[in-house]
Amino acid sequence: MRSRKLIAIAMAPFLLLPFFFSSAQESRESEVKILAYINATIYPVSSPKIEKGTLLVKGDTILAVGTSEDVKIPVEAEVINAFGKTIIPGLICTHSHIGSVAGADSSSPIQPEVRVLDSIDVRNTSINKARAGGITTANLMSGSGHLLSGQTIYLKLRKGNIVDDLTIKLSDGSLAYGVKMANGTNSIRDSGPFPGTRGKSAALVRQKFIDAQAYLKKRKKHQEEKPEEAFERDLALETLADILEGKRTVHHHTHRHDDILTVLRLKEEFGFKVVLHHVSEAWKVADEIAEADVPCSIIFLDSPGGKLEARDFEWKNGAELSKRGVVTAFHTDDPINDSRWFLRNAAVGVRAGMSRQKALEGLTLAGAKMLDLDDSIGSLDPGKQADFVMLSGDPFSIYTRVLETHIEGEKVFDLENPTDRLFAEGGYGAGHNREASGCCFYR
Amino acid sequence: MFKVILTLAFVAVAHGQLAVKADLLFTMTGDLKPIKNGIVLCGENGKIRAVGPASKIKIPAGYQTLTAKVAMPGIIDAHSTVGLSGILNSPKHDQEQLEKSAPIQPELRAVHTGHAPGALMSGQLMVVKTNVPSITSVKDTLVPTSAVASTLGSKALSNSPGTRSKAIAMLRAELMKGQSHRLKMEEAKADKEKDAPAPNLRLDILVDILNKKTPLLINAQRHQDIAAALRLQEEFGFNLVLDGAAEAYLLLEEIKAAGVPVIVHPTMGRPYGDLENMTFTLAAKLHKADIPFAFQSGYETYVPKTRVVHFEAAMAAAYGLPQEVALAACTIQPAEILGLDKKIGSLEKGKHADLALFDGDPLETTTHTTHVIIDGEIVSSSVK
Repeated sequence: MRSRKLIAIAMAPFLLLPFFFSSAQESRESEVKILAYINATIYPVSSPKIEKGTLLVKGDTILAVGTSEDVKIPVEAEVINAFGKTIIPGLICTHSHIGSVAGADSSSPIQPEVRVLDSIDVRNTSINKARAGGITTANLMSGSGHLLSGQTIYLKLRKGNIVDDLTIKLSDGSLAYGVKMANGTNSIRDSGPFPGTRGKSAALVRQKFIDAQAYLKKRKKHQEEKPEEAFERDLALETLADILEGKRTVHHHTHRHDDILTVLRLKEEFGFKVVLHHVSEAWKVADEIAEADVPCSIIFLDSPGGKLEARDFEWKNGAELSKRGVVTAFHTDDPINDSRWFLRNAAVGVRAGMSRQKALEGLTLAGAKMLDLDDSIGSLDPGKQADFVMLSGDPFSIYTRVLETHIEGEKVFDLENPTDRLFAEGGYGAGHNREASGCCFYR
Repeated sequence: MFKVILTLAFVAVAHGQLAVKADLLFTMTGDLKPIKNGIVLCGENGKIRAVGPASKIKIPAGYQTLTAKVAMPGIIDAHSTVGLSGILNSPKHDQEQLEKSAPIQPELRAVHTGHAPGALMSGQLMVVKTNVPSITSVKDTLVPTSAVASTLGSKALSNSPGTRSKAIAMLRAELMKGQSHRLKMEEAKADKEKDAPAPNLRLDILVDILNKKTPLLINAQRHQDIAAALRLQEEFGFNLVLDGAAEAYLLLEEIKAAGVPVIVHPTMGRPYGDLENMTFTLAAKLHKADIPFAFQSGYETYVPKTRVVHFEAAMAAAYGLPQEVALAACTIQPAEILGLDKKIGSLEKGKHADLALFDGDPLETTTHTTHVIIDGEIVSSSVK
């Protein structure tokens, strides 16, 4: 896995300043607040649960996590007694449609040039609700009504004015995102240019990637032979070439076991990085998924419905995949499941045989791995970003409430705040007359 | 010899001779608090023979005994489309939850169609137990016509009614037709010279509504729609049950004064459209205001079609509703709203032996359902 050092956009000014004002930087350094959360039950996720633990945060970063004996609290630290409370890493939703996200239109089934980035409304209350659910990072994507509906965007749910305040910058300066693909009935339509069968769906996708292979070859040749000259870019093929080079991950909606195998064949043929999403029938082909070493982002539904291809959906998917060593994460698919119920996924997983550890990983670290962000988020470890959630009790209990959500050291949700509470519980004004976004909900 | 013993054992657990022993037994009577170490005896007639603490009840010889951490009355879903809306989402094959060929069709029975919110007056509801293999006649139901379903608000609007005002005008006109039909019936009864009006499926059920024989269940989410439902009830004097009622928290005094029960929308319903201002605390607020209420699995488009009623109760318990009240709102409370509290909804001598058994707090997601008993018979024993 390529390691990517992440730089939060919001922090960019602080990172540039030291070169010019090193003395100013020093005094600024000493001003950075240190917060010590003590007496909490802490689940670092990357290591076992800590009773009466201390979480030490400096600015946007975790300084230390451990027992009260292990972690020395600096004198200048502000101490917060979190007795009786539970602290877990910020939750990561690998598949969400919050923020009025939209992608491809009905003009064609494959539209890699479309960025959902250009549609996000950070004022949409679905984002406030996601923070109230403890979600700190989300993969926002377009729906499954296309074979390829566009580029997703990975967002930190910071309090921002525009979407650029929420994006994640990679070390090469580009934004962190993946590509949304789908197969099965959602992307099949009655008339062209959309496919009418599963066979045609796969053929259309394969042809497009074969075109991209030729484009990639041409691009490489151009870079080698005449890098000084402008290269004639094709926006759609460029995205596919990035996938072929392993720069971007495909997030692939798929339900039925034969559709899952089709994705595994595509991965085999074109060598791209892929995460399987929903995977209703994963339990039927869990061995094949494990053999292919492909991570799965799964959904939980209280009762099946909506379409024939999801009929054999089972709660045991989480247990069957995780016990075979498959990296398994949950997602909300908000608005299919409300972001505020995200924690409940872990409890359903445990009910159907998943271990508590794997279930917690499914809400945090496993998702971070799928987004290639596990070197900066997903667990409570020194040096990682201070993304964490404070809970009123056991993460698997229905009676547990999210009390606070912190992103990079900043509190972005506080149940004690009346406005935040409105988004957490609902009530008059919580909707703001906005429509459900994304996906197949209204088709 | 061995064979004989087996036969004897089989005879000994014949129909209905079943005892349930639970660490916590929620009978859903009195103050709703559970009995510690309680026992329920299911008699041969499918009714409850005895209920109480283990210290006072002796399990008769030959009874099959089931043990559980928690036992409670069988769960009652106050508004469901199970059996009507299938999983295919194909209107021609398995979507029987709503007939939209006309805005007002009170003559349609649930045996043939459904009542998902969405039409001004969509048809008749029924109450059925989940141990019925198929409904061949109304005899297979607990109540053949338990209410007539109606919807106010944006879901019930199309070409006509196209506005909320027109919808109410149409409903009032329809109920007035019922009034004049009732008048003709009464005149014929009083005067032998006069002919009784010809039986009319549609007008006859409207008369039942007006005579308070059949309640009108009105799905209304926005506060103005709830207020309109209360106005209708005041004008025509029928038995009203409010359904959904997402913004009921704005009208607690009015609902309380009207003496109307509420079947609350699924706690985890999607907060869009008329539900955009819904709150997970609605059940807790209704409880505090002393308004009778029950939970429902409800109906949604796409996935999931229906929710799971005790999960909906659980989420309300997570948002301020006491645990035992949440359990009551999916047992004895819906039984009362449906007028069936003499038969089901609590564990009392003489009532139907309907029980649900769990390996922990029934409201915790991680808890499994271990047994379901209906009329004294185990209908499910797989741990789910």
